[in-house]
Amino acid sequence: MMTVAAARALPDGAACFVGIGLPSKAANLARRTHAPDLVLIYEAGAIGAKPGRLPMSIGDGVLAETADSVVSVPEVFNYWLQPGRIAIGFLGAAQIDRFANINTTVIGPDYDHPKVRLPGAGGAPEIAASCGEVVVIVRQTTRSFVEKVDFVTSVGYGSGPGDRERLGLRGRGPVRVITDLGVLEPDPETCELTLTAVHPGVDAEQARAETGWELTVAGELRTSPEPTTEELEALRELEASVLPA
Amino acid sequence: MRTRIVPLRTAIAELVHDGDTVALEGFTHLIPMAAGHEVMRQGRRDLTLVRMTPDIVYDQLIGAGCARKLVFSWGGNPGVGSLHRFRDAIQNAWPEPLEIEEHSHAGLANRYVAAASGLPFAVMRGYRGTDLPEHTATIAPITCPFTGEQLTAVPALELDVAIVHAQRADREGNVQMWGLTGVQKEAVLAAKRSLVTVEEIVDELEPRPNAVVLPNWVVTLVAEVPNGAHPSYAHDYYERDNAYYREWDAISNDRNVFSAWLAELREGARAPA
Repeated sequence: MMTVAAARALPDGAACFVGIGLPSKAANLARRTHAPDLVLIYEAGAIGAKPGRLPMSIGDGVLAETADSVVSVPEVFNYWLQPGRIAIGFLGAAQIDRFANINTTVIGPDYDHPKVRLPGAGGAPEIAASCGEVVVIVRQTTRSFVEKVDFVTSVGYGSGPGDRERLGLRGRGPVRVITDLGVLEPDPETCELTLTAVHPGVDAEQARAETGWELTVAGELRTSPEPTTEELEALRELEASVLPA
Repeated sequence: MRTRIVPLRTAIAELVHDGDTVALEGFTHLIPMAAGHEVMRQGRRDLTLVRMTPDIVYDQLIGAGCARKLVFSWGGNPGVGSLHRFRDAIQNAWPEPLEIEEHSHAGLANRYVAAASGLPFAVMRGYRGTDLPEHTATIAPITCPFTGEQLTAVPALELDVAIVHAQRADREGNVQMWGLTGVQKEAVLAAKRSLVTVEEIVDELEPRPNAVVLPNWVVTLVAEVPNGAHPSYAHDYYERDNAYYREWDAISNDRNVFSAWLAELREGARAPA
């Protein structure tokens, strides 16, 4: 359901900067369902990739073979991402906080002696800063949904309203966080992530129990529509398309 | 000066010295794995290793005790998960402490561009509001002299040696690579010395769409190493060996299993499967 809900968040025709893993899976599902003209941009240098199977990594050969244009890594970041040409950035997270700041660097309070060393920033800080808007996909647990991230790898809304403008970040920031339980959106006044939808069979209490801060629930809580047969079939096909080992 | 074509062992012995700053670049594609294995066999130490996406060959080099410091922007086993040797070095200083200098992809890419361009630094929009500048000395704010806008500067990446892998070179040492070519051109142009390992040496480089050509006067040495990017891939030569990346997870997750792997690597001419 999380992958289907994330795919639905991507409008047809938009240019979308895609990270590997869940974002890539959801973006490819979107291309196979409602958004055949979604433009997929991978940081390894594939602009407009149209993979026929699910890529294994951000540098999978199928991305270069099917791309409108293949460019160098500095060009991806300097010419394509930095000027704000890309409408949607699609990110994962190890931790996300109340103001949608993302941590993919270290778990624990001491950077020099981390409890868990994570892979690091990759393209995320500048994707979060420069894309028109950001969609985050992450499983919702009290470990990942924390009051304050241990390390700000990528800025959501900083410490609240006005921070993005003060920092000179030109994109709108995270507009939607899609989890296995539902959808969170920033409150227009406070920028705090608020539960606006739950997936079928999930209630607000479950989402609150898996959130490390006092989660606000929208007055009109929606329920995500059940996945359609078409969506489920496309997802199964996509999962079956991963190259055998 | 024309590039010399030499065996891999000679190339590493001649170009890579203890304490050097070395980048073995490749963005998932064309990763110079065999060259990294030769660095381990020759037992180089105290290297500052640079790479945007340190993956399993850097995990191996770190576990083998070749590195004193790592400059990087994303360290993981793509499509699989964590790098266990990298984690063990940072979290537990095994086999020895590893200093890190951490960037974003955009920042590290721009450090290569500045060095390749002969500039002391590059300017970019980035890092603002993140915790990275607090821990990384090579990230600094800068004011645009024309607009007054606050931007970020990152210094040129000064490399002693760049090592990259390409599909082919001709007998004069001109190099041709295609597909996703990452930041390899910038790495070679940023370095004092460079080694390109290639799948094959050919009489003539036939033109390819989107190919990057490195003329022989910017490449120090070329070594012919077929399959030299395995388990990563070489576009139009072989596919990525995804099973190997998964197997590496188990090998690297245990110090004893890794040590046995390393001993086998050092004894043999080829990397153990």
